[in-house]
Amino acid sequence: MNFQIAIDGFVALYIFMLAGFAGWVIIGRVPAILHTPLMSGSNFVHGIVVVGGLYALLNASNGLEQSIGFFAVLLGAGNAAGGYAVTDRMLAMFQPTGHSHAHPKSSRARTGHAKAHSGKAS
Amino acid sequence: MFSFIPQLLIGSADLAAALLFMYGLWRMSSPVTAPSGIRVAGLGMLVAILASFLYLFGVSAAAAPHLLVNIALAVIALAVGGGVAWWSGRKVAMTSMPQMVALYNGMGGGAAGAIAAVELFGNRAQGATQLVVTLIGALIGAVSLSGSLIAWAKLDGVIKRPLRVKGQKIFNAAIMVATLVVGAYLIYATQGAAQPLMSAPHLIELYFALSLLFGVLMTLPIGGADMPVVISIYNAFTGLAVGLEGFVLQNPALMIAGMVVGAAGLLLTLLMAKAMNRSVSNVLFTNFGMAPKHKQGAIKGSLKPTAPGDAGIAMRYSSSVIIVPGYGLAVAQWQGKLYEFVKLLQAGGVSVKFAVHPVAGRMPGQMDVLLAEAGVPYDMIFQLEDINSEFASTDIALVIGANDVVNPAARTDKSSPIFGMPILNADQAKRVFVIKRGEGKGYAGIVNALFYSDNCNMVYGDAQAVLISMIEAVRGLGLPAAA
Repeated sequence: MNFQIAIDGFVALYIFMLAGFAGWVIIGRVPAILHTPLMSGSNFVHGIVVVGGLYALLNASNGLEQSIGFFAVLLGAGNAAGGYAVTDRMLAMFQPTGHSHAHPKSSRARTGHAKAHSGKAS
Repeated sequence: MFSFIPQLLIGSADLAAALLFMYGLWRMSSPVTAPSGIRVAGLGMLVAILASFLYLFGVSAAAAPHLLVNIALAVIALAVGGGVAWWSGRKVAMTSMPQMVALYNGMGGGAAGAIAAVELFGNRAQGATQLVVTLIGALIGAVSLSGSLIAWAKLDGVIKRPLRVKGQKIFNAAIMVATLVVGAYLIYATQGAAQPLMSAPHLIELYFALSLLFGVLMTLPIGGADMPVVISIYNAFTGLAVGLEGFVLQNPALMIAGMVVGAAGLLLTLLMAKAMNRSVSNVLFTNFGMAPKHKQGAIKGSLKPTAPGDAGIAMRYSSSVIIVPGYGLAVAQWQGKLYEFVKLLQAGGVSVKFAVHPVAGRMPGQMDVLLAEAGVPYDMIFQLEDINSEFASTDIALVIGANDVVNPAARTDKSSPIFGMPILNADQAKRVFVIKRGEGKGYAGIVNALFYSDNCNMVYGDAQAVLISMIEAVRGLGLPAAA
C-alpha cells in the first residue's frame, strides 16, 4: 500500500482555489465585533507551519539545515502557542447581558488545562 | 513491511487538522460559539504536531545519523518557542494586542521563510515549479517577518513616527526589482545550467536579505492609524507563504490552512480599507500624513465647553444614550470607569448602547475586545451599519476619544480628505457631548464641524477625571434606582 501524497500543478491550484474560497466564505460570516479574535485565531491557524518546520528539522542532514530547521520550529511553535493563548483569552471576555463577567481565576484554570495539552505536544 | 503506517497516520492526522481548522473558524461566527471554535482548532493543531513526529520513520539516509539530535532539537524548539509565546500571550495587556498579533504573525512568516531556506540550501526543490514556488514563498514569508517586526515596533512605541524620505518609493521599487532579479537568476542558474543550487549559497543569502529589507522599507513609512490594514495584510501574507511552502513540502494541511488564512486576511484588509475610505495601495504607498492641508470651509458656531457634572446629569435625565468610544479611550484605559458610569445610567432606566467604528483601534475590532474586557456585554455593542439609523431618535450621543469617525465633513465636504468615509452619525442625536483632552485635531488633521454645531457641548479634561466627576454628580443626585 502507498499513502504517499503527491500534489502536482493543477491539483495544487484546485486545492488553493477551494481553500481560498472556503476561507472567504467562512470569514465573511464573522461579525465585525469578533474581528480581533478572528484575526488572532486565523493567525493561530497558520501556526500549522510548525509541522513543516518539524519535517524540515527531522530531515536535516547538516549543521546549517539543523540550525535553520530549529529556527523554523521555534518560530512556528511561538506562532501557534501565542496565537492560541491570546485568542482564547479574548473570546472568554465576550459575555452577554446578565452574565457575570468571567473572573480571571476561571480563565487561569483553563490555562492550566491547555498547558497540560501543549506539554504533551512538546 | 509496515512502512505505510506512519504515512497513513500522518495523512489522517493532517486531514483531521484541516477539517478541525475550518470547522473551528466556522464556529467563530458568533460570540456564543467562538470560544469552542478556537478549542476545536487547537485540537487540530495538537493532532497535527503530534503526528508530525512520525516523520522520523521516513527520514532520508543522509539525515538518519542525525536523527536523535534532530528529535532533541525539535522538542527543545517546541518547548521554548511554544512556552515563551504562551507565557507572553497570557500576560499581554489587551491594549497591546495589536503588536502581539503582529509579533506572532511575523514568527509564522519567519518559520515559512526558514522552511524555504532549508529547501533552497539543501537543494531539495525538485524541478522549476517547486523552485519558483519555494522562492515566492520565501519572499512573502521574509517580507511578512521583517514587516511584522516593524509593525510591532511601531505599535509598541519603539519607533515613534513614520519614517519618510524623498525618493523612498523609487528606492523601494528598486529593492523589489533587485530581489526578483536575484530570484530569477537562481531559477535560471539551476535550470538552465543544471547547476546544483548549493553552488550559489551567497545568492540565496542575498535573496533573503533583500526580501527582509523590502519588508522593513515597505512598513516604515506607514502611520499608526493605518495599522489595521497593515496587520491584516501581513496576516494574509503569512498565510500565503505557509500555503506555498505546504505545496513545496507536499503537505495539503499546510496548503489549506495557509490559503484559508490568506483569504481571511485579504477579506479583512479590504474591509478595513473600505472603513477608511481608502484603497489598499493608497494605504501602502501614499504618505497620508504629509498630504497638503486643503482649505477648510468656514465653520459656523463656536466651541461650547460644559462641566463634566452637568453632562453626567443631563445623561441621567435622558431616556437614551449612545456612546461612541475612540482609540483615545483605549490608550488611556478608561473603559472600566466608563462602564461604571454606564451601569449607573442603566440603573436609572436609561437605555445605553455603544457604537463602534470599524477602525476604532489599531487592528480590526480592537475596541470591541477592549469593551468586552471592561465587562460590557456584547449585546450592548453595535457596529456602524446597525446603529447609524438610531442616532436621530437618540437623546444624547457621548463621544469619547474619537474624532474623525464622527466628523460630518465625511458626508458633506467634497474637498475633505475623509470625504466618503463611513462615519457614525453622532451629529444627528438631539444632543452631543464630546469628552476631549483639548482642542486638538484628529489623525486626518482636520477640524471637526460637529464640535461647533449648536447641539454639541465639549467636556474638556483628562477623561478619567471627567468620568469620575460625572459618576459623582449622578450619585450626588441621590435618585432611587430605576426611577
